[in-house]
Amino acid sequence: MQDIDIADLKRITEVIFQKYRYDFRNYAMSSFKRRVLRILELKKLNVDGLIKKLTDNPGFIYEFLDELTVNVTEMFRDPGFWRILREEIIPGIMLNHKQFKIWHAGCSSGEEVVSMAILLKEMGIHQDVTIIASDLDTNIIERAKAATYSLKSMELNEKNYIRFQGTKSLKDYYKEENGNAAFDKNLLMNVSFRKHDLVMGEVFNKFDLILCRNVMIYFNQTLQNEVLKKFHESLFRYGYLAIGSKESLIWCDYASRFIVVNNEEKVYKKIKD
Amino acid sequence: MNKFNLDNSYKAVVIGGSAGSFQGMIKILSQLPKNFPLPIIMALHRLKHVRHGFVEALSLKSVSPVTEPYDKESIKKGGIYLAPANYHMSVELGNYFAMSTEEMVNNSRPAIDITLGTCAYVYKDKLIGILLSGANKDGALGMKHISERGGLTIVQEPSECMIDTMPKAALAVTKIDHVLKVDQIVEFFKELDKQYK
Repeated sequence: MQDIDIADLKRITEVIFQKYRYDFRNYAMSSFKRRVLRILELKKLNVDGLIKKLTDNPGFIYEFLDELTVNVTEMFRDPGFWRILREEIIPGIMLNHKQFKIWHAGCSSGEEVVSMAILLKEMGIHQDVTIIASDLDTNIIERAKAATYSLKSMELNEKNYIRFQGTKSLKDYYKEENGNAAFDKNLLMNVSFRKHDLVMGEVFNKFDLILCRNVMIYFNQTLQNEVLKKFHESLFRYGYLAIGSKESLIWCDYASRFIVVNNEEKVYKKIKD
Repeated sequence: MNKFNLDNSYKAVVIGGSAGSFQGMIKILSQLPKNFPLPIIMALHRLKHVRHGFVEALSLKSVSPVTEPYDKESIKKGGIYLAPANYHMSVELGNYFAMSTEEMVNNSRPAIDITLGTCAYVYKDKLIGILLSGANKDGALGMKHISERGGLTIVQEPSECMIDTMPKAALAVTKIDHVLKVDQIVEFFKELDKQYK
């Protein structure tokens, strides 16, 4: 396998930034490097070949983004987190608002969005919630809209759902179609999908709850700080932000405007504008 | 001249292990010299969906507590770190950890190759890599990277391993400096510790 150095990565991120206005310059180095190496291998290219393709072939950027972004996820990942959402966080929001808004920032193939819809349905409040699910990668948004997953992945999803202690069986929410699990489209009734780049994108709405789990781990601390600032701006006061179980905000400047409401599952609450 | 020809230039120790490595790991951590000067970074295969219990079990016997670091947490001298469940753990230039949820590597997340490989990249010849018992080939490529960048490589003596696939795979792909039993690895740590006193 070929190796690439920091200078190569810089050349690649510069071309992408100049030509396409996606900014990977502050991505965490080791995972970004692995993703680029993976693309080089998949597309049978070397660094110069990749740069040429990015320069000459504008359509290639979408292929590149699709491979670059990490789209490995599960339904009800960390069941304990989903129990906390159901038992503490969402009831907390409902104390003040009957209707509220959720943003899945970096929704990937949509497993988290479907999980949320099931949770809301089982709480009997599905119709009261507006959900926005965004991702950088347009191909993955199409997959999220389809809400269709391989039956193989359903084994793990089902296990997570059981540990989440849902009121039904996960099977009640999907039909088997050509070796896949196709989820009931009504689940996504209140979901708007949109292409949005956390790095370059503007603040576009205000939310009561933002889920951005295991997305900012791909950013360096400078970028984490900038994105947290945008989340802060996108939250109503006393709104919640959920991040991955091994992520932390403590080194961000904006951390002082949040309090930790659940340290185990990493749920924060905005307390200051 | 000491037995392992060590000096005080090392900056970190990284350890990989899988099936059959737990007892050995416990023995090493329980007999570690007090105030051992280097960070010890462990990538051990574990159940993907069990977040609790493993680090507590290691900490119970360890001379100092073992922690599962957060993404972007700084690596401290003398810290003992375990890759958390269901994340790959990398070390970054600037001496901090980075987590990722990328695809499994060698059917594993955390993958030993990722932790070892990124440690090799950051610490170069200032790294000691140790690979213990295990049932697959994860870690072999990581040990190769450590060796190629001038680090010191150790595998557990295959005859002592519950399952010897992992150390044997490393021996097959790269130069291994020492093949040691767990008791000798314990001695190695004591010898290494002396270089810093």
